[in-house]
This record gives sequence, C-alpha cells and structure tokens, in this order.
Amino acid sequence: MFSLIAKRILQLIPTLFVVSVLIFSLQQLLPGDPALVMAGEEKDPEVIEQIRKQYRLDQPIPVQYVYWLKGVLTGNLGESMRLKASVSDLVLAKLPVTLQLASMAMIIALLIGVTAGVVSAVKRGSKLDYIVNVIGLIGISTPNFWLGIMLIFLFAVNLGWLPASGYVSPFEDFWGSMKTTILPAFVLGNAIAGVLMRHTRSAMLQALDSDYVRTARAKGLLETKVVIKHAMRNALTPVITLGALEFGTLLSGAVLTEQIFTIPGFGKLIVDSVFNRDYAVVQGVVLVTATTYVLLNLLADIGYVLVNPRLRG
Amino acid sequence: MRFKLMAGLFAAALMSGTAFAQTPSTLRIGLAEDPDVLDPTLGRTYVGRIVFSSICDKLFDIDDKLNIIPQLALSQEASADGKEVTIKLRPGVKFHDGEAMDAEAVKFSLERHMNFQGSFRKPELSAVDRVEIIDPLTVKLVLKNPFSPLIAQLTDRAGMMVSPKAAKEGGDKFGLKPVCAGPYKFVERVQQDRIVVEKFADYWDKANVFIDRIVYLPITDSTVRLANLKSGQLDLIERALATDIKDIKATRNIKLATALELGYQGLTMNIAKSDAGKAGLGLDPRVREALDLSIDRKALNDVVFNGEFVPGNQWVNPENPWYMKNFPVKGRDVAKAKKLMADAGVKTPLTIDFMVPNNPETRQVAEVIQSMAAEAGFDMKIRITEFATSLQQAEQGNYQAYLISWSGRTDPDGNIYSFAACKQPLNYSGFCEADVDALLSETRALSGMEKRKPVYEKAAAKLLDGRGGILYLYHRKVLIAHTDRLEGFTQRPDGLVRVVGLKYK
Amino acid sequence: MSAVSMETPAPLAIESPARRAWRRLKQRKSALLALFVIVALILIAIFAPLIAPYDPTKQSWSAVRKAPSLAHWFGTDEVGRDILSRIIFGTRASLSAGVISVGIAITIGVPLGLLAGYLGGKVDAILGRITDAMLAVPFLILAIALAAFLGPSLGNAMIAIGVTATPLFIRLTRGQTLSVVKEDYIEAARAVGNPGWRIALRHILPNVMPALLVQATLTIATAIIAEASLSFLGLGQQPPAPSWGSMLNAAQRFLTNAPWMAVWPGLAIFVTVLSFNLFGDGLRDALDPRTK
Repeated sequence: MFSLIAKRILQLIPTLFVVSVLIFSLQQLLPGDPALVMAGEEKDPEVIEQIRKQYRLDQPIPVQYVYWLKGVLTGNLGESMRLKASVSDLVLAKLPVTLQLASMAMIIALLIGVTAGVVSAVKRGSKLDYIVNVIGLIGISTPNFWLGIMLIFLFAVNLGWLPASGYVSPFEDFWGSMKTTILPAFVLGNAIAGVLMRHTRSAMLQALDSDYVRTARAKGLLETKVVIKHAMRNALTPVITLGALEFGTLLSGAVLTEQIFTIPGFGKLIVDSVFNRDYAVVQGVVLVTATTYVLLNLLADIGYVLVNPRLRG
Repeated sequence: MRFKLMAGLFAAALMSGTAFAQTPSTLRIGLAEDPDVLDPTLGRTYVGRIVFSSICDKLFDIDDKLNIIPQLALSQEASADGKEVTIKLRPGVKFHDGEAMDAEAVKFSLERHMNFQGSFRKPELSAVDRVEIIDPLTVKLVLKNPFSPLIAQLTDRAGMMVSPKAAKEGGDKFGLKPVCAGPYKFVERVQQDRIVVEKFADYWDKANVFIDRIVYLPITDSTVRLANLKSGQLDLIERALATDIKDIKATRNIKLATALELGYQGLTMNIAKSDAGKAGLGLDPRVREALDLSIDRKALNDVVFNGEFVPGNQWVNPENPWYMKNFPVKGRDVAKAKKLMADAGVKTPLTIDFMVPNNPETRQVAEVIQSMAAEAGFDMKIRITEFATSLQQAEQGNYQAYLISWSGRTDPDGNIYSFAACKQPLNYSGFCEADVDALLSETRALSGMEKRKPVYEKAAAKLLDGRGGILYLYHRKVLIAHTDRLEGFTQRPDGLVRVVGLKYK
Repeated sequence: MSAVSMETPAPLAIESPARRAWRRLKQRKSALLALFVIVALILIAIFAPLIAPYDPTKQSWSAVRKAPSLAHWFGTDEVGRDILSRIIFGTRASLSAGVISVGIAITIGVPLGLLAGYLGGKVDAILGRITDAMLAVPFLILAIALAAFLGPSLGNAMIAIGVTATPLFIRLTRGQTLSVVKEDYIEAARAVGNPGWRIALRHILPNVMPALLVQATLTIATAIIAEASLSFLGLGQQPPAPSWGSMLNAAQRFLTNAPWMAVWPGLAIFVTVLSFNLFGDGLRDALDPRTK
C-alpha cells in the first residue's frame, strides 16, 4: 500500500511538468503582443521595445520557459506586467477568497446533495425520489452564469435583499461577508449538489441492499438507526472522495461565477489576465491550482484505498 | 476650585460627545474596471486616471470650458519663439510623506516621466529637451521645437508630481504605494477588489476637502454597478449605461451628472497599412465616402443609446471650442452612396473584414453599422476580436475596418496627430499625405486658437467625410450617477471624478 | 380429428442487447420524454427557416427591446430582432456545437484510450500524465485559451471544447479496456494470432460502447453549456448569427429594461441540456445489467 502511495507521488512530478509546459505554451500561442496590450493607447515604439526586453518577450520561447521554470523552482512565480505586483502576492491575496467561496459552495452542495441522495435512496421509487431526482438534474442542467444573472436580478435588483456584487472579508464583517458570498456559493454548489446527489443515491442503494444492512434489519433495529448508522457510514466514503475532487475543481476558481458576481478570486484573476496577456499571472496561478488539484486527487485516491482494503496491493 | 472642576468635566463631556459624533465619512466609488499600476509614469488606463485625481495633483488642471487653470503650478509663460516655457510653482505644497514640493521635486518628476524605463509619458513629453531650475519655485522647460500642446499634457499624468524620496525608494514598485501631493493619500489596495485612500491633512487646499475616506471598487458589470448605487452600497458610479438613464432619472435618491466626452468613437479604415487595406477601403476615396454616407448617425444613436449620446463627424465633439462649424454632421444618403460606389467602379457587394473589439456595446454598434452599410453595397463581415489580439492585428494591418475609440485629450492635437500623421504609432489606417502632415505640424508650432484653428480647417478638408483614415461616428457622454446626499459634484469633459469640494448633506 | 401441425417450433426469442436496452428505455417515461424533446430540437434546427416567423438577423430600429407581444412572442432584442426566431436558429449552433465537440473528443480520445489500456507500459504512463495534466487545468481556461488561439468562431469553439473534453474519453476508454483486456476470450484471440487492432475493434470496442454512449450523451450536455459560456465571453458564434450564449451576453446590460432577453436563451439552454442529461441517465439505467 505504501508502495502504491509512493508510486502515485512520484507520478505527480511529470504530471506537474506537463501542466507547466501546457499552460506555458498555450499562453505563448495566444495571438496578441503583451507589450502592445500593456501600452494600449500610450504607444511609443521605443517604450514597447523596452517592455519587451524587460520581460524577455524578445527571447525565443524555450528560453523564456527555462527562465520561468527556474524562477518557479526557487519560489518566484514572476510578476504581473499590468499590476507590477508579484504573482505570489496576488495568489496569497486571493487564496482566502477562493477558499471561502469553495468551502461555502461545498457545504451547500453536501447539505443539499447528500441529504437528497439519502432521502431518494431510502424512499426509492416513491414520488419523493422522483422529485429529488429531477431537482438534481435541474441542478446540473442550469448554466451557472444564467442562474447567477437571474439570481442577481431577483435578489439584488428586485428584492434588494442581497448586494449585487462585491466581496467583503469575513474578518472585517462576518454577516456582510455572508451576504456577498451566499449567492455565488449557491450557484456553484447547486451544480455540484446534483452530481453528489446521484452518487450518494447509488451508493446508498447499494448499501441498503447489502448483507450487513439486511442483518441489522433482521436484528430488529429501528429503520432510522439502520439507515444512519450502518448504511450511510459505508455509502458516504466514496462520496467524500468525490467531494474532495469537486472541491479541487472549485479551487481552480469559478471563472464565470466570479466574473458575474465580481468576486476577486482566482477565476476572475485568470480570465482577466488571459485577456490582458499577462502571461506570468496565468502561468503562476494555474500552476498553483493544478498542483492543488493533483494533490487533492492523490488524497482522494489514498482515502479510497484506505476504505476499500480490496484495492490495496 | 469646584467651579473649575465642573467646567473641566463639562468640557470633557462635550469633547467626548463630539468625538463620538464624528464617524469618518466615506465616499464609495464604483469603477468600470480594475485600474492598472498606480504610478503616473507607468499608468495607462482611463480608470487609473480617475483614481489619480484624488491622490496625485498635477501642475495644471482644466475647467469645464477646457481652459487651463492652476493646480500645483500657478502660471506658465512661453518665450517669444515658443522654445522655452517658464512655470511658477505654488508655494507651501507638501507630498504625502511630508517632503516639500519644490523645483527640485518637479524637475525630478518630469525627468522620471521622460526617462524612466517603460515610461508611457515619454511620447507626451518628447518635445522637452531638458528641465532647468531657475529658483526653488520656478522651473523652465527647454523644448526642442515649439510645441503648444505641451501645457495640455501637463494637465494629465505627465504633469503629476511624485515625491522624489518615495520614488527613489520604490523604483518600479512605486505604483504599489504611490506618494504624491493630492487631496487624499494612498492607504491600501486589494487587487481587483478595492483601493482605499484617506484625507491628507497637509493638502494645500485642505479647507475644501470634507470627506474623510474614499474607497474605489471595480465592478465590471454595469447593471450590477447601478444596482449597488440604488441599494446604497455605492455612493457614486462611473460609466452608467445610456440605456439606464431613464431609470436613473426616475429614481428619487440618485442624480445624474453628465458632460460630453473629450474623445470620439470612430471607425478606422485600413487605407494603406497593408495590402488588405488597398484591396478594401483603400481602393478609392469615393468608396470611403460612400461608407460614410451609408451610416445614419442619428438612428445609430437612437437605437443603441436611446438618443442620449451625440452624433459626431470630427475628432472633437460638437460642443468643443475647437469644433469646426463649417463641417457639420451629414445625414444619411444611400442613393448618393450607391452612386459613388458605381462611379468608383466597385463591384457590389464589397466584402469588408470588420474587426470589432469584444464588448457588448461595441458589438451592438457594429451590428447596426453592418445593417446600414449593407444597403449601400457593403458586406461588412463582423469579426469579434479580443482587445489584445485586435491591437496586434491593427498593427499588422490585418483588418479592413476597425471599430476603435479614443478616450480623448484636452488639446485637439492629442486627438488627431498620432492618427493622421505619416507613420505615427496610432496611425492604423496607413493614411499618409505630405500636405496634411505639414498642416498638422504647423498647428503644433503655432499658439493660440485664433492662429491654430484656421490651419486645422485646412487639414479637415482633407481628413473628414471619409477622405482620411477615420470615420467619426459619435461621442459618448460621461455619465456619472451619484447619491443625492452628495453635494458639490460637477462633471468635466475629461471624465475624471474630482473630489475636492464634495461633501455629504 | 384435428390435424396437429408439426411445424418446427419457432426459434427461442433471445433478445439482442440493443433490443433489451431499447425495451428498458421505453419503460422509463422521463428518458422517453427527453428523447422526444431532443428529436424535436433536431427537427427545429433542421427546419428553422420554415418555422421561424422572422429573419433572425433582420434589425428593426423602431422595435428595439420590445416586450413579448402577439407580433413577437418572445419580444425583441437590442437591435430589434425577433427573439423567438433567434432562439429557433440558435438551436443549430448549440446542437452542432454539442455533437461536433463530442465527436472530436471521441475521435481522438477513444483510440488513445484503447492504446493506453491495451498496450500498457510506457505508452500508458505517458498518456496518463498528459491526461492528468489536462484535467488539472481548469476546463474553461483551457477552452478560452484554445478558442482565443484559434480565433473566435463557432467552429473553433467546437474544436476547443472537443479537445478539452478528450481526456475524459481517454480515461473512460482506458478504464473499460483495462477491465476487458484481462478476460479469457481476449487471451484466446491473442493466442490464435489476431493482430492487436482487430482485437481492439472486434472485442474490446463493443464492450466499451455502452459506457461510451452514456458518457457521450452527458458530455453533449456539458459541451452545449461550454459553447454558451464561450459565446457569452465573446469567443464563439460571431454576430449577427444567433447563439444562445451570445444572446445572454447582450442581455446582461438590459436586465432591468428588458429581462425577457435573458430569460428565453437561458431557458432554451436549460431545456436542451436537461433533456440530454435525462436521456443519458435513462440510457445508463437501460444499459446497466445490474439495475432492474
């Protein structure tokens, strides 16, 4: 089992290397000259040449890649051309925001998804099951940028209950922070809830059908106790590992949702930087989020193996 | 004795009472984008200038008639040959870090704009050869050649003064903690989230600064910006939408302040920048005139902007003193357009590669133009292009028509020279005619509107109505909406949000 | 005495897996309904010019942003075009985007997955790292970068989405291949001397099919949302041709003035995606030997 884990950790390194090459080359392939974008209206050929030199844009691509990689390996993720702030500073500043949004979305997703999945499995075949299924499907079928726009329209523009945009740190104003993040967290969590619900449902169905549950029932235990103590505990483990993966995806930043709600997280940063051709920011942030995702992936796999002894060895 | 004690207690109670009553007043401003680096030498965004107007004062400012008025400098005088400009500075001005603003500091700031690596102010101050110190409150700018638009440059970023001490310490990171001489000083910035500034106690005009703190919040979605203003989360927003004006006017607690912009919205035509141009709108000036005549500027304004903006046909707006009245906006004439196309011998429909930056309003304008031009025989193929890509493609001439606007400068030279003179950096059309060049250079050397305007009129005859490389379509209105609790706000054409004199009711 | 017919008894009716799947599918009403909607959408896309009441690109400057009425059932948009007609024609962009992107993903992904699963070893390891890397980069970022690189157009958006969805199919095919490759009949086929590609096509692929079909249907749903997202950002269908995503992009500024501009395209996307998801679900249940 440890050899399995060790093997997986070793696999991380080439994966991350491929990620770095992938994201680097994609940036370079993008049409448009970052120096020109930087200059915008203030064009002067001399200044533009200078910018090119300063950021090594005049060097061949492999050379630029090596410089960048060297920096990364020494902990320097580069500098944003547009903002002149170091990428690491930007990442550290946005991490709490994205973490908060991802966590809230995950909590909502778990609350809605797992509960719905359990209910649907326990009351299988009934009207309740059908309704819950449909709601789950609606969750994954709604484009989340549309849902976001509609929610803003309803809650902010029309009812005025919640702010239409912006972000307040929970350390500054806890309830204000909740008000600014509840809508985007709901939009994000809603889609994941659908996925979680379906997996919980099938895992519960399997658990409810299993021998040990039959035994528990035969022993005369209360149905609720059977469900909660026996079935759920076993059904939930694969669901938790799935949840870890979804959390990883959330951490990469919910691009469109952040754009619509003006949440200064990773997603918005990446999109803006792509459009501004601020290469260093995109490369640095994507590398960080990809690393996190891959690590979470690994943790999920380890967790899965730990729970399922049959998969070891 | 007891009386003294009582008086003392009473005084203390009074003071603590007033201390309680004074919670700091905050002005929350919603911006349409996140500004770039807050360094006057390196900044290049319009929203950046809005933030600068509270933290960085300039040598001169403009009033709403576009006249030059003093700010950090008191007066300026040009020598008879126009090659020397003597500027007298305001005494007693301090930077946010306590350093005094004197001729040394001004020389330092100007030289930083001219020489710093990556400075975008270089082209603006390219006419300056050197800066001389005459006395602690007087500097002299020695120019390479007479250049009348120079003072206008000093009413914008090129005229912003920075503390030499802080600039030397900060280097190119100065923009992360700018130190200037404006009414407010920089406190903090959370990228893409907010910029916080607070009242500078030693400002030279501190008697007129009433609000304690300003928070700038970038919110890209205009509907959301307005919603925030209505709900009270924001006190002022810039770039409200023309289509929201009715709504704003109908809402009781917000007011609208407008001014006609200094710049223009136009259609740049590739005439000679590349072969694509020569095969398209560069075929014959009559083709360009036909395109110009096929556009109904009034209808465009009505459809896209509810009639709130102003149709235009020159590089300055119709209310600008530099507008040339003998070249009025022409109406639509499809019949004449078709005839011109036939005269030029062009087979219709003429396909035009129409590059359009990716933003919803611009797309809408492009779609309307496409439809209008179709009736005159143009098949405008819209190609929505990301801004970054479009800049490069314009550079290379990979387009035939390009819907790009210009934010505008105080002096009309800033709106035309770089676009119409041969091989200038912003000349995407490739237009190049020696006599027009000579005329435009002449306007820079002369001074005073009475002398310069007639020369502009001669140039206009060769540049307007499609003869040049740009079709001027309309001018936006600067639309600032703010809470009615805010008093003292007036809007000037440059779009900046001036904060001196603002107070809450 | 009645004659006893001595016909040979009818052969035992053994259901082919396809027939069994179809029969089970028919039992699930929601999946059937979803299929009906999908077919309807395809028909709408094909016969759009006949169904749409107006030309979707015809602007009408006197009828800008009009609310739904008898003349325009869904209202008009920011340049006076009929929204209903644009929704109808937009079906073409969305459906083709969904199908073609997935087509691309399958064309590239399935053979690669088969290779990885069958050959194993170094090939599997390399492909595995590349797949992991692609899945680690946020999907939309990858799609945006690709679309920006290729240039904004519906075709390029389809390619971008297709390429971004490929790792999914590589993984899926590989997984299925791995579980099948150990079976005895594969060993037998190999022992007999069958070349690899024939084994792959004849024996492995048919086993992968059911899972592939289900995944394809579900990915079409995701692809439609992805196309709408790209168009929403300006990277997909170019104006004036209609696309539900770009209609939503234009609608954002007019939420308070003309909310119907946002409602109908969103609803259209929702109904289409929901149908594909429902159908995919039903298909999965029908094809899974374990469920009733």
